[in-house]
Amino acid sequence: MSILQLCSWLLLALGVVFFLAGSLGLLRFADSFSRLHAVTKADTLGLGLVVIGLSLQSHWREACLMLLIWLVVMGSGAVSCQLLARFSHEQQANPVEPADPGQED
Amino acid sequence: MGLLLFDVVLCALLLTLAGAAMLSRQLVHAVTLFIAFGVMMALAWARLQAPDLALAEAAIGAGLTGALCFTALARYAGDAGYPKPKLWLPLVFVAAVSALLLYSVFQIPAQPTTELSERVAEHLAVSGVSHPVTAVLLNFRAWDTLLELLVLLLALLGARQVPSQLPLHAGWSLSVSWSRLLSPMLLLLSAYLLWRGAAAPGGAFQAGALLASGLVILRLNQQLAWLSWQNFAVRTLVLAGLIAFVMAGLASLLLPGQLVWLSWPVALAGGIILLVETFATLAIALTLALLVVGEPEQEPADA
Repeated sequence: MSILQLCSWLLLALGVVFFLAGSLGLLRFADSFSRLHAVTKADTLGLGLVVIGLSLQSHWREACLMLLIWLVVMGSGAVSCQLLARFSHEQQANPVEPADPGQED
Repeated sequence: MGLLLFDVVLCALLLTLAGAAMLSRQLVHAVTLFIAFGVMMALAWARLQAPDLALAEAAIGAGLTGALCFTALARYAGDAGYPKPKLWLPLVFVAAVSALLLYSVFQIPAQPTTELSERVAEHLAVSGVSHPVTAVLLNFRAWDTLLELLVLLLALLGARQVPSQLPLHAGWSLSVSWSRLLSPMLLLLSAYLLWRGAAAPGGAFQAGALLASGLVILRLNQQLAWLSWQNFAVRTLVLAGLIAFVMAGLASLLLPGQLVWLSWPVALAGGIILLVETFATLAIALTLALLVVGEPEQEPADA
């Protein structure tokens, strides 16, 4: 196994660790802000590590494509995090009826 | 071994998500689980080496259907006094459909015959395109695709019988600017998918679904005020796919030596398919977008 492959596997494993941590945070954290924080930050970093790890083993064109995918995912993750956080912030400040009857919180 | 493990996990996940989506007590959770199910389903199609289906499932099954369910939920909040539907009737229906599907699964021969794909490969040269799926959809079985467009149109006309007004909120500046950033990318991607359909997985339905998602994102952020059934151009474009298809069929009948309905002359097949697919993409995109976002609230009462 070459150094490059070893680095790639290490990065992939680190990415998976971040994904797991983010998912754990999503499941275990108390309020929606902390959950959003955990899942968006950790997943963005996890995906980035996985992309770098895979890029080390692939052709540069595929690497560029994966980099683009990561950028779009990063952007949409950040935007949806902000939007969800703003929604729950506004709901806390001024609670309206939940969209679905019988919905909790 | 690794792939087998992946497949087993994927199957288990699909069944779990489907069950959880059906049994979930809260509609919001059910919709979220259903979207996750769509994404996993797209992965399953990719594993079955059906990238055309995977693309369509990801765009329509996970993306647009999810948006459709969420907008339906947003409207549903308005009439909370709606009576709870009885459960047994849908259950009987689902059981009947499942039995029928199971029966049809057992009708598939255990060893897939290669006869059909061999015949497609044999005639691929005269189809006008080099991707077998597009050749089947737009040439050998063009009649099916024409009827699919008709089904989509009927769905829109049916949905229009129900008064559906989406309560549009003033878009937050962040989501408005993100939608403006995202929609050119979606436009580019959908044009790419349409063009690529001739030679590789892609085509009108996938491109249309992507374009529709761009339209929906913009419409939900209160852009695109013209996107409404009241607009004559929109109505024309919704019909454009069917019209282009039928006109192409009729026109090719007029050419010498053409006797069969919807069979393209070999020399023109590539161009005709691209033309039909372009209009079909526009029609599919507008139909799906109108299905999801419905009519704007500020529509004049007398129109």
